[in-house]
Amino acid sequence: MLRQSLRSVRSVAKAHGARAMSSYTLPPLPYELGALEPVVNTEIMTLHHGKHHATYVANLNAAMEKYAEAEAKKDVAAMIALQGAIKFNGGGHVNHSIFWTNLCAPKDVVAPAEASPELAKMIDAQWGSLDAFKTEFNTKTAAVQGSGWGWLGYDKAAKKLAIATCANQDPLSTTGLTPLLGIDVWEHAYYLQYKNVRPEYLKQVWQVVNWKNVAERFKAASA
Amino acid sequence: EDSLSAHNMGIDLPPLPYAYDALEPKISKQTLTVHHDKHHAKYVTVAKGMIDGTDLAAKECKEILLEAHKAGNAGLFNNAAQAWNHEFYWNCMKPGGGGKPTGDLLAQIEKDFGSFEEFTKQFDTAGQTAFGSGWAWLSWDGSKLVVDKTIGAGNPMTDGKTPVLTMDVWEHAYYLDYQNLRPDYIKAFLDSLVNWDFVAAELAKVKK
Repeated sequence: MLRQSLRSVRSVAKAHGARAMSSYTLPPLPYELGALEPVVNTEIMTLHHGKHHATYVANLNAAMEKYAEAEAKKDVAAMIALQGAIKFNGGGHVNHSIFWTNLCAPKDVVAPAEASPELAKMIDAQWGSLDAFKTEFNTKTAAVQGSGWGWLGYDKAAKKLAIATCANQDPLSTTGLTPLLGIDVWEHAYYLQYKNVRPEYLKQVWQVVNWKNVAERFKAASA
Repeated sequence: EDSLSAHNMGIDLPPLPYAYDALEPKISKQTLTVHHDKHHAKYVTVAKGMIDGTDLAAKECKEILLEAHKAGNAGLFNNAAQAWNHEFYWNCMKPGGGGKPTGDLLAQIEKDFGSFEEFTKQFDTAGQTAFGSGWAWLSWDGSKLVVDKTIGAGNPMTDGKTPVLTMDVWEHAYYLDYQNLRPDYIKAFLDSLVNWDFVAAELAKVKK
């Protein structure tokens, strides 16, 4: 029944010259589920990727299909009503897709200076040291009320790095910054292992931060 | 004992109204232990620290959170409201709870929602669509019962409503027992945990 209604939505959309529907897909993890042990365990990774992120993708696709239907009917009220679900699930998909690449097995971690001397120099220039940067990042991220993310972002206009936090699944793009490194502090990201002790999770997570990926994003953003 | 008289709660950490394992298997002993002794306790400690030495220290929790909200004091509001919300939440549950209420409460629900099933549908939806950390509420708005959802520490009292039932949907409320399956937790809450006696007493108080 779902397939039939999808087909009819697609043909309605096409008939009205609406854009072709794109389908969002769950990206595979760049490593095994257990790769981040003991910092983030297999159980968390299995749920976080296979359930939470997968659900954002499924719900984003569902919302976009409804949106296409509303667009085809020029139902602006319906389109507006769907924006919350698109922001939430779309943001969730964007954020988690970045997150998985921001992490790697502890043995594969390199120091920022090795990944990008330029990035390391900028961190030192703005915060005094890598440790001082991590301290400020962790303090601000631990203080997120409820669900959200801590980010290292790049301000293209000012040509500077910045630490920012976002609520719920709001993507960093809503702040004007380009995402380099995100740390998920929704409770599902750490609760099974760290329970209420978010600061301990934040202390440990640096052992799995993939500075090579952060450096790639920095290079692309600052080009 | 089913009605918290006058909500004279202040900001302190009351014990749970039941044993830590009383809501097993719907909510585990481990969840209640961490949720009450760590999460709820921290909100109380932080809120107390914030009001210490101020006029607010002599006031009730409800007054404190409303004044913090009015003053735009997000830090105090978040902690005081969470202290209030959690105490209310513990009382909204009991072992062997859930199912359908009776008497005046049921009549009021049927009047304001059309049916009990419509109420549970709205309450379930509110819990499921609180995108992030939040709460689902049944409140009296002055003339009828309404369902709301709030984000973070939000509480319908800031809109002038009087809560009669709440359900915590922050992930810490259910993650150890249900992981990502928030809908299953909500079903367990409605089917097996809601303390309708408490809810009925709260409604009776506000309707007086």
